Amino acid sequence: MQSVDNAAEQIEFDRRIVEEQKIEPSDWMPEDYRKNLIRQMSQHAHSEVIGMQPEGNWITRAPSLRRKAVLLSKVQDEAGHGLYLYSATESLGVSRSELIEALQTGVAKYASIFNYPTLTWADVGAIGWLVDGAAIVNQISLQRTSYGPYARAMIRICKEESFHQRQGYEIMYELAHGSPEQKAMAQDAMNRNWWPALMMFGPHDSDSAHSGRSMQWKIKRVSNDDLRQKFIDQTVPQIEVLGLEMPDPEIKWNEEKGQYDSGEINWEEFYQVINGSGPCNYQRLKHHKKAHQDGEWVREAVRAYSEKQQTKKENVA
Amino acid sequence: MSEQKENINQEHLAVYEVFVRSNRGLDHKHVGSLHAESPEHALMYARDCYLRRSEGVSVWVVKASDITASQEDDIANFVDPMDDKPYRHATHYVLPDNVSNM
Repeated sequence: MQSVDNAAEQIEFDRRIVEEQKIEPSDWMPEDYRKNLIRQMSQHAHSEVIGMQPEGNWITRAPSLRRKAVLLSKVQDEAGHGLYLYSATESLGVSRSELIEALQTGVAKYASIFNYPTLTWADVGAIGWLVDGAAIVNQISLQRTSYGPYARAMIRICKEESFHQRQGYEIMYELAHGSPEQKAMAQDAMNRNWWPALMMFGPHDSDSAHSGRSMQWKIKRVSNDDLRQKFIDQTVPQIEVLGLEMPDPEIKWNEEKGQYDSGEINWEEFYQVINGSGPCNYQRLKHHKKAHQDGEWVREAVRAYSEKQQTKKENVA
Repeated sequence: MSEQKENINQEHLAVYEVFVRSNRGLDHKHVGSLHAESPEHALMYARDCYLRRSEGVSVWVVKASDITASQEDDIANFVDPMDDKPYRHATHYVLPDNVSNM
């Protein structure tokens, strides 16, 4: 609800949105636009950070030095992406500690895919290929989001992320062309990660609580279902190249529509995992809190250093 | 020192670096620097000097002495090692011929 005082600003804001201009931090914006952005961007940032856990699980057990270096590098990128997104979110007038608090108390969400375990090395391949693949489809559309700092963060992230998906696919390709056991491992990891990857795009458009307004405000540029379809259409041929069985028996080319038909997602599972009952929800948050607490001595040292420098300066002056 | 010379002495002025956003949605880019007696004046001088032809929609001025910068001579050590991490680039991974769009 906007007061009369803001009428002129509201008109200016609406005009900018219609004209495809970006909204910048110093611009007036409706309170709900700001809130919606904080929700979506912080959720995105949290996903980058929590997403380090399932993959980090395999760093010490990567099958070769090269794989280990690649995985380390990828996980390091995710930490950086979390930082870009937190910083961009903070431009909306919310503090880092508030954001972390919201994550740790379960007020803020993160992508439900990271609440699934990485049971085998093939999961690392499946995550890079499918999870990063799905994220890239979404993030490419967000390069055109209406909030300037978010759009610029997306452009930077997409550029850096191009290697994530390829390294995952390379792992899958090697396993799928390896021994029968390796191929079975690849098949299993793909089967387990396929549905959670599709869930990353969120509920159907008809059931999506935030979609309508986000599309109007051009925070979101493409609907959940359209993005999901795009991902399916580009991924199915990649499954064929791997020579694996389809993870969904209902996947079938629809000549008329020019796209793949596919089966229905288990939405009950989706909501259960989102609301805290996934296999690893508890573990992920517990680990995040522990890492945060364990890092307290670093923050303390930084504060002490800063105070010392300040005193030094004052003494000189 | 003649009065005229006194007037053009700029040593008491600070150097400001100027950053211009050419269009909404883009990053501010460094365009140059100038001398000024305060940040407010620097902003006005930047407008007069760097935005005479609608070059931008937003200007930042930053006191040059407030910028902490890397040393160019030492950059190889500062960002090293990078050349031995080719796997950070997508082109490092060879895709099967029949896979496109990745």
